[in-house]
Amino acid sequence: MNILTLFIIIPILTVIGILCTKDYKGARVISAIGMGLQLVTSVTLIFLFLAERRAGNTSEMLFMVDYVWFEALNIHYLVGVDGISVAMITLTSIVSFAGIFASWEVKDLSREFFISLIILATGVFGFFISLDLFTMFLFYELAVIPMYLLIGIWGSGPKEYSAMKLTLMLMGGSALLLVGLFGIYFNSAPDGGHLTFNILEISKITIPIEAQRFFFPFTFIGFGILGALFPFHTWSPDGHASAPTAVSMLHAGVLMKLGGYGCFRVAMFLMPEAAHELAWIFLILTTISVVYGAFGAIWQKDLKYINAYSSVSHCGLVLFALLMMNETAMDGAIIQMISHGLMTALFFALIGMIYGRTHTRMINEMGGLMKVMPFLAVCYVIAGLASLGLPGLSGFVAEMTIFVGSFQHPDLFHRVATIIACSSIVITAVYILRVVGILLFGPIRNNDFLQLKDAKWYEKMSTVTLIVAVAGIGLFPLWLSDMIMNSLKPIMDQLSLF
Amino acid sequence: MINFSYTVWILLIPIFMFLLLGLLGMKFKPLLSGVLGTLGLGVVMVLSYFAAYQYFFELPRLNDTYQQIVAANYTWLRFSDALQIKMGVFIDPISVMMLVVVSTVSFMVNLYSIGYMKGEKGFQRFFAFLSLFTFSMLGLVVATNIFQMYVFWELVGVSSFLLIGFYYERPSAVAASKKAFIVTRFADLGFLIGILLLSFYTKTFDFLSLTGPQGIEITRNLTQTFMGMSVATWALLLIFMGGAGKSAMFPLHIWLPDAMEGPTPVSALIHAATMVVAGVFLVARLFPLYSFAAPDALTVVSYVGGFTSLFAAVIACTQFDIKRVLAFSTLSQIGYMMLALGVSGYGGEKGLGYMASMFHLFTHAMFKALLFLGAGSIIHAVHSNYMYDMGGLRKYLKITHWTFLIACLTIAGLFPLSGFWSKDEILVAAYNHNKLLFWIEYLVAGLTAFYMFRLYFRVFWNKEPHYHHTPHESPLVMTIPLMFLALASIFAGFLPFSHMVSSDRLPFATETNLTVAIPSVAIGLLGILIAFLLYKKDNNTVEKIVKGLGGVYKTIYNKFYIDEVYLFVTKKIIFNLISRPVAWFDRHVVDGTMNGIAGITVLTSRKIKGSQSGQLQHYAFFFVLGAIVFALIFIYLW
Amino acid sequence: MERYGIPLDHFLIVSTIMFFIGIYGFIVRKNLITMLMSIELILNSVNINFVAFNSYLFPENMHGYFFALIVVAIAAAEASVAIALIINIYRRFSNIEVENIDEMKY
Repeated sequence: MNILTLFIIIPILTVIGILCTKDYKGARVISAIGMGLQLVTSVTLIFLFLAERRAGNTSEMLFMVDYVWFEALNIHYLVGVDGISVAMITLTSIVSFAGIFASWEVKDLSREFFISLIILATGVFGFFISLDLFTMFLFYELAVIPMYLLIGIWGSGPKEYSAMKLTLMLMGGSALLLVGLFGIYFNSAPDGGHLTFNILEISKITIPIEAQRFFFPFTFIGFGILGALFPFHTWSPDGHASAPTAVSMLHAGVLMKLGGYGCFRVAMFLMPEAAHELAWIFLILTTISVVYGAFGAIWQKDLKYINAYSSVSHCGLVLFALLMMNETAMDGAIIQMISHGLMTALFFALIGMIYGRTHTRMINEMGGLMKVMPFLAVCYVIAGLASLGLPGLSGFVAEMTIFVGSFQHPDLFHRVATIIACSSIVITAVYILRVVGILLFGPIRNNDFLQLKDAKWYEKMSTVTLIVAVAGIGLFPLWLSDMIMNSLKPIMDQLSLF
Repeated sequence: MINFSYTVWILLIPIFMFLLLGLLGMKFKPLLSGVLGTLGLGVVMVLSYFAAYQYFFELPRLNDTYQQIVAANYTWLRFSDALQIKMGVFIDPISVMMLVVVSTVSFMVNLYSIGYMKGEKGFQRFFAFLSLFTFSMLGLVVATNIFQMYVFWELVGVSSFLLIGFYYERPSAVAASKKAFIVTRFADLGFLIGILLLSFYTKTFDFLSLTGPQGIEITRNLTQTFMGMSVATWALLLIFMGGAGKSAMFPLHIWLPDAMEGPTPVSALIHAATMVVAGVFLVARLFPLYSFAAPDALTVVSYVGGFTSLFAAVIACTQFDIKRVLAFSTLSQIGYMMLALGVSGYGGEKGLGYMASMFHLFTHAMFKALLFLGAGSIIHAVHSNYMYDMGGLRKYLKITHWTFLIACLTIAGLFPLSGFWSKDEILVAAYNHNKLLFWIEYLVAGLTAFYMFRLYFRVFWNKEPHYHHTPHESPLVMTIPLMFLALASIFAGFLPFSHMVSSDRLPFATETNLTVAIPSVAIGLLGILIAFLLYKKDNNTVEKIVKGLGGVYKTIYNKFYIDEVYLFVTKKIIFNLISRPVAWFDRHVVDGTMNGIAGITVLTSRKIKGSQSGQLQHYAFFFVLGAIVFALIFIYLW
Repeated sequence: MERYGIPLDHFLIVSTIMFFIGIYGFIVRKNLITMLMSIELILNSVNINFVAFNSYLFPENMHGYFFALIVVAIAAAEASVAIALIINIYRRFSNIEVENIDEMKY
């Protein structure tokens, strides 16, 4: 059995397993086991991948499997991974593992909850391993749809509104995306011959430049909406604020990464000429995203809103770096995706846990939590420090790679944009420290909080998993960076063809 | 050839201690964790001394020049083949000197803290943070490349943040830690951009290649200019901005006085002896670049240093919180060091300023740590930071009194204490280079003596207030560091410093310039005399003077209202004029557009839903009508 | 084209008249039964067309007749369903005026 297909099969088996259980206890244990297996598989995948590479296998994608799925349109089930997808898969499995533990106490309709959550994760896994545009899109939709149910049913606050808004905006993105993908498909054989959805094959031919110019914005914005590209980011604050903890984690941690991943794997990789021509427009938008998201976060009072805006800023940085189109910056973008995925998941997990105790997310109603729940507070500080780019945690590695890479761009416009983006590190410090200062330090404002308990074992499990990953990348970034860098070579060749 | 690879342990031991105490500290007894932390740093101190000994005395010199040795270098992160962050240990005169300074002060402070922090909540945490700080600081000084320095630069920043905010339940401490972090972070932005600029042109982060002939050549020949200044000047100025932030140079100094909210040993270690001189160290590290590629930047450095030293000294004369007096004194002294670097040339006698700066850094670390630890001892005894709660303490705190006096005399620059030697070199360097700066510094020397002895007389002599309980001398574990540092303050001046540290690493001889030395001692004595007259006994002359000065005094007392200006900029401009409108814009304009699109869809559907009347016959009628229209179209128009 | 001594046009005219009477009835009459009858008129006008065209234009094959038969069969089925519906509507509203049945609009 191919190891990649396991990533689809394990969740399916888990879902079947959950269907056989009777109550929430069984459901959560089965989910934890399933996602644990998934985590083990993804770690195995890293080792297998590195071993293959070390053994001298230099092909672009490894562990490829190809089944014809729908012959008339030449749709295949085609999977394969390079270093980047391996990294993204690992991220997904870590976050979904932590997510299960963060939703340990979901008791109403818990079987349905876990099933939706796992279907969502399946979509993400499928997306990252797919090399066929159609199946990729299929998995993408599979990941987006359960979101509606998860927020609409298990959410809080104005959940119907948020769920509807999020789904509609993402569906709008999908519509654009579909146009883009069909544009690519119907131009995939300019010299006659079979039309194809196969990414690797399309990358070898040159799509006519007029078609590229027309379809690149569709594809890029389509994915960009998911990656919180300004001004299409507003689903993110509302969606995150209403979503239950694990959903926020998976959404901000993983689903938003589909956007970034798609942007370079599909939009830029397949349409490099248009990418070069149109990059400046999106570069301006992403630079705005970076600074704007950070400023927006300063003024917010709801913990989840703060984090959502910070995600806009950080994800903006991902797209920003991708558009720089040099190896170092793109490497940084991928690391930033992983780093942001981990730390934002950590943030949302912690916010969920704090909310579960204090029943408020307004920072000015809380204070001095360090005293009553030291474990969670320390974790929150660590997450904050990772977010503002403390060396030794993953955020620093990602941001520095991005800044150094972007600044090596020979063009002055790009370097100026880099300097503007750099300023976000100060603004980030401002809003992170503001929250930490108000929320965790200082005297306790509400005496009811004195009775609150610190983290339970499953909450520790969830946060510690994420912190270990964040610190692991932050302390030993070289293997990850090298693995990604090697995989970027074919993409860079493609992008520097123009 | 001596193998220096053991110096890696200087870094590994503190970080191990941090992890040990940080993760398991709560399981230990408080005292055990304190002892463990101190022991770890003791080992580090021994290793540093050993390295210094080997480096200065055993290692053969090349053409009489001290070698630069990369004792270890591991790739940590690879940006591209040329640009890599490496983690390693770089050994040259200034890094070895800094190793000695940092490990000594760190060890002393750790030892002292066992007594000072006794019974505090979070004792283990405190020692964990101290180890983290020491690790970061040591990593900073031995950095082999500018990016490693930046990494550790950020780490010292965050350790400082954690330690200032140690009493996290006190809002003022939280605010101070936040302020310190954000102000230095802002400066670090400059540092980062400077690094990016520099590395863009030179394609390297490595100190060896940057400050070597090749790096200087590339940087010097940069022809690009930006807004009237060469790119090299910009880059180095921006890097200096980072240094100015950490070293609290005007106008980025505002965080340092507030940082005194942290426990006193922390102030001694971080905000007096080690971290705040990182900026000086940074400029010194890149000195060849500054000197050859951007002399303009160096001029800026000297004026910033000179102005800060005067500015801070003036403020120090009016403060009542003894730690704040010391904080402003630190600012002033660091200003001295910066100024000395700024007026220095490269090589031999011309490099006097460089050597003087490092020398002053060295002696200052000793006597300023002593002052702070002494202040800690005083605060420990009277439980207040304010001078008006003190007086006549010489009877109760004998050891503290004597060591404090030594420190005050040292900082006042009296012969033959160490402060005299180093300050004298700085004054000579300034005298040779720029008379204006010399006179400023000369004045500052007098002010320094005045405000230190104002403090001294107010605290140890003057009228005794009513103490709630009799002040008592601190335990031995606190006084031993005091005595050690006092000895160091007395004798450090006799080190043949110019034979060890110089801008081109070539030893040279210095001689005392009597035309500078005698007046400088004289003005120091004058300052002491004035302080003696005003503060020895309780009298109302001071109040009269203060009344006479009126608004001027008030302005100085309020630190020239710089904090208020910052507060205005951050609160009013950044919060209210940028952040709030952005948040509003996002909710109402960007999101409003999205909601608007949804709204239009709903509105349209509401408008046209009337045509669905539910009357079957209407539908049928329209159906037939449509069919007829289509039929006509097909028949006549096709 | 004059088989049986009657021109094709006459058949078409009759069927057209029937058709439009049916349409008119369907749109104007409010009684559901009458409307059902109008539909029968429409269907049968079509049947006439089928049969007429078949025997005049393609006398050699029988497709039109078959189609007419199918229409008759379907019409019977349709009528039974419609009457069942009408009976239910009558039970619910106590009358079978079409104007009253607009519960399911928008």
